[in-house]
Amino acid sequence: MACDPREAALALHRFGFGPRAGSIMAIAPDPRGALLAELELPDAGQIASADLQSSAAANRAVFEYNAERAANEKRERHRREAAAQVAMQNAGGEASMEAKPDAPPPTPSQPEAVPLPRQLFRKEAKAHFDAAINAEIGLVERLVWFWSNHFCVNADATVMAGGYEREAIRPHVLGRFSDMLLAVEGHPAMLLYLNNEQSVGPESVAGINRDKGLNENLAREILELHTLGVRTVYTQADVTNFAKVLTGWTILPTVSNPDHGGEFVFLRRAHEPGAQTLIGNTYTDGGVGQGCSVLADLARHPATAKHVATKLVHHFIADDPPSELIDRLTQRYLDTEGDLKEVVTALITAPEAWAPEQAKIKRPGEWIVAALRATGETADIVRIIRAQALLGEPLWRPPAPKGFSDDNAAWLDGLGQRLEIANGFAHREALGHEPEAVMEAALGPLASAETRRAIARAESRPQALALLLMAPEFQRR
Amino acid sequence: MPSSSLVPTRRELLLGSSALFAWALVPGKVRAEGRDPRFLTIVLRGAADGLAVVAPVGDPDWLKLRGDKALTLDGQTPALPLDGFFALNPAMPNLHRLYQAGQATIVHAVATPYRERSHFDGQDVLESGQAKPGAVDTGWLNRALAALEPGERVGTPGRQAFAVGPIAPLVVRGRAPVLAWVPPRLPPVGDDTTMRLIDLYNHTDPALARALEERIGLAAVARASGMTSELDDDRPAVQIGGIEQVRKYFAEAAGAAAKFLARAEGPRVGALALDGWDTHVNEGAVKGRLANLLGALDGAIAEIETNMGDPWRETVVVFVTEFGRTARINGNDGTDHGTATVAILAGGALKGGRVLADWPGLKDTDLHERRDLRATTDLRAVLKGLLKDHLRLDDPVLGTEVFPDSLNVPPMPGLLA
Repeated sequence: MACDPREAALALHRFGFGPRAGSIMAIAPDPRGALLAELELPDAGQIASADLQSSAAANRAVFEYNAERAANEKRERHRREAAAQVAMQNAGGEASMEAKPDAPPPTPSQPEAVPLPRQLFRKEAKAHFDAAINAEIGLVERLVWFWSNHFCVNADATVMAGGYEREAIRPHVLGRFSDMLLAVEGHPAMLLYLNNEQSVGPESVAGINRDKGLNENLAREILELHTLGVRTVYTQADVTNFAKVLTGWTILPTVSNPDHGGEFVFLRRAHEPGAQTLIGNTYTDGGVGQGCSVLADLARHPATAKHVATKLVHHFIADDPPSELIDRLTQRYLDTEGDLKEVVTALITAPEAWAPEQAKIKRPGEWIVAALRATGETADIVRIIRAQALLGEPLWRPPAPKGFSDDNAAWLDGLGQRLEIANGFAHREALGHEPEAVMEAALGPLASAETRRAIARAESRPQALALLLMAPEFQRR
Repeated sequence: MPSSSLVPTRRELLLGSSALFAWALVPGKVRAEGRDPRFLTIVLRGAADGLAVVAPVGDPDWLKLRGDKALTLDGQTPALPLDGFFALNPAMPNLHRLYQAGQATIVHAVATPYRERSHFDGQDVLESGQAKPGAVDTGWLNRALAALEPGERVGTPGRQAFAVGPIAPLVVRGRAPVLAWVPPRLPPVGDDTTMRLIDLYNHTDPALARALEERIGLAAVARASGMTSELDDDRPAVQIGGIEQVRKYFAEAAGAAAKFLARAEGPRVGALALDGWDTHVNEGAVKGRLANLLGALDGAIAEIETNMGDPWRETVVVFVTEFGRTARINGNDGTDHGTATVAILAGGALKGGRVLADWPGLKDTDLHERRDLRATTDLRAVLKGLLKDHLRLDDPVLGTEVFPDSLNVPPMPGLLA
């Protein structure tokens, strides 16, 4: 094996989260082998943190928190109203001067504690970023981010977004697509995000009694975004029938389930009875098993294989991905029944994946992590979250169920903001960094003569570091 | 901005210092004299062009050297006369007023002992106070503070310096604890940084160049920053929307330093750094980028004077830069890295109204390596003179601890009133 620092640097940027000091040389003897080895690490993709609650437990904690807060507010309102009444009764008397109902005792405004939902979010966000920052190369974490975006939920809709990623995505990034699909579509966060928890079969017991009906949102997005892909093999009738299949997939309400609220439950009472036909297949009514069967078939459908292969290549390689590469990954997917480790291996070992041109612009979060890795700096999670949001990629808050875009064009607009952040970061963190050493660590042989010159000629270390973080070789992967 | 936000919170104190509360530094010897001096150092990073800040308008070779880029007393925007030989950049009326009031001094043809032309090394020498680059652990101002005999002090085991900015400049870092205050506004992305980046993109990544140009809506400016020399001084200054931000940042950062130093129990020594002086392209000394920067600096000087209030009488502010720039204009209407430059001193404690220079001349043979203004004054002499007469540090400490190996560079006498 020849030593290949250039390919090593490319491997780290393209398939990982960018080099840390020394990592280019560490994998230079066999960059592709190092990537593949990361797939074999025990517990690859998992986060072990005793500090993190299950998503259902978080859901319950926030429910209790909100209930208590509402009660406190109400109690306070009652107290004030009672005081007002006393004052009214005393109106005209001398006492009115003292008991002013509209002037509660002035309490010095205490800095309010971080609300529980935000605390939980920050904890999850920290675990999410720490895993990326601390990975040797970061291929598996990149896959976690990829799949988390493919199967996105929104933290505005549920407090479970972080737990969802740990519970539904991470265990399966190197497993079978069908397992991830099942974990995702049955996860309370997804059921909430795409409104399936309210979807009721019109002919089900609950549907008849409560005069309620279908919500097609989840069924449609599964077909359009999660599996087959838009404008492929399904019709509106398939969407409707699939929605019927998924009725009853809902969540245990926390108000009446203090121990299991927020967990998945199949509610037969809301499930549309009878067989359903979907893309030419008929599924007999087996309760929750009906949905499982449909998802299993969707996972092995060639359209799904192609959709997944296209998105992977689009994400890692290029906006206009080479069709041979897509075909090869599609075939690998079909041959292995959607074994995602095999598909990624096919990607890493494909010659088309190693074009020297860095065709893709790093997504904001990837760029932030790369900057932290290159400098070895740590940053407060709040600062990271804010920077990522400022760059148009708020964590677990995609603009739509389609997730954040993987097109360069979507992120080019934010280049000016990246410069602001790079500049601020450089002025905060440039202390003690030799810009040229950071450049060697972060870019190595990828650094162009022009970039080297720009950094050497910078008027100050902060400017040099800002230019490095903004250099094309660092913006791209 | 409410002034209360200038009061450091406990967190801000902890940020840069192990001291839990501010200690009013009053050196013993000084206190015995009944004085309470303030000393603020402002580092201009990027190598400011001394000849464009204070021009030798009386030198017969001046016009030959700079041609239509030369500051003159009779130009469209006339320079502000100082002493008949030197004139001040017209963008600095506040400094001019202070000069006339005897509260500002210019030292010209001055440089640190560093004779190479790397910004990083030059800044390290300037701020570390060492004769050579390489030592970057502590700065001369911090060591000066550490060497002071404290007078009466309250509570804390250390002496405290004050720094503005997300990271304390090297000049003030070291053993003596540093109180850091971070302005709510981060240093803005300077026009210079943007131009350099666009230039890099233009040579390596047209897609990024286009995106950034569109983002800042100034493709024309980017073209101008490319290596064309068709521009003239009448062209509007390079503006990437930054100068207003720069003006605000300079005023806010310097003004905050003054407020801290002015407080009865505040620190007495502080430092901050202001970037953006590396004017390789379209320098714009009369009208343009450098004029804008100097205007922002002049605004910062006014802000310091105002915010200092009565203690301005006992204040010295010194503006220093790592080196000067080439005596001649380069092919891009800018100047390249050079040697000697100016140091600006302002404050009510000065015996001002003077330009101090052992003028080396501007003839080809006068120039250092036939290209730069020759250094005839060692900047360390100026700084040592200030530290000696203002803060009462003695010669041996100044020559060994504060500026190591500089016993042969005597402190410049007579700078203080």
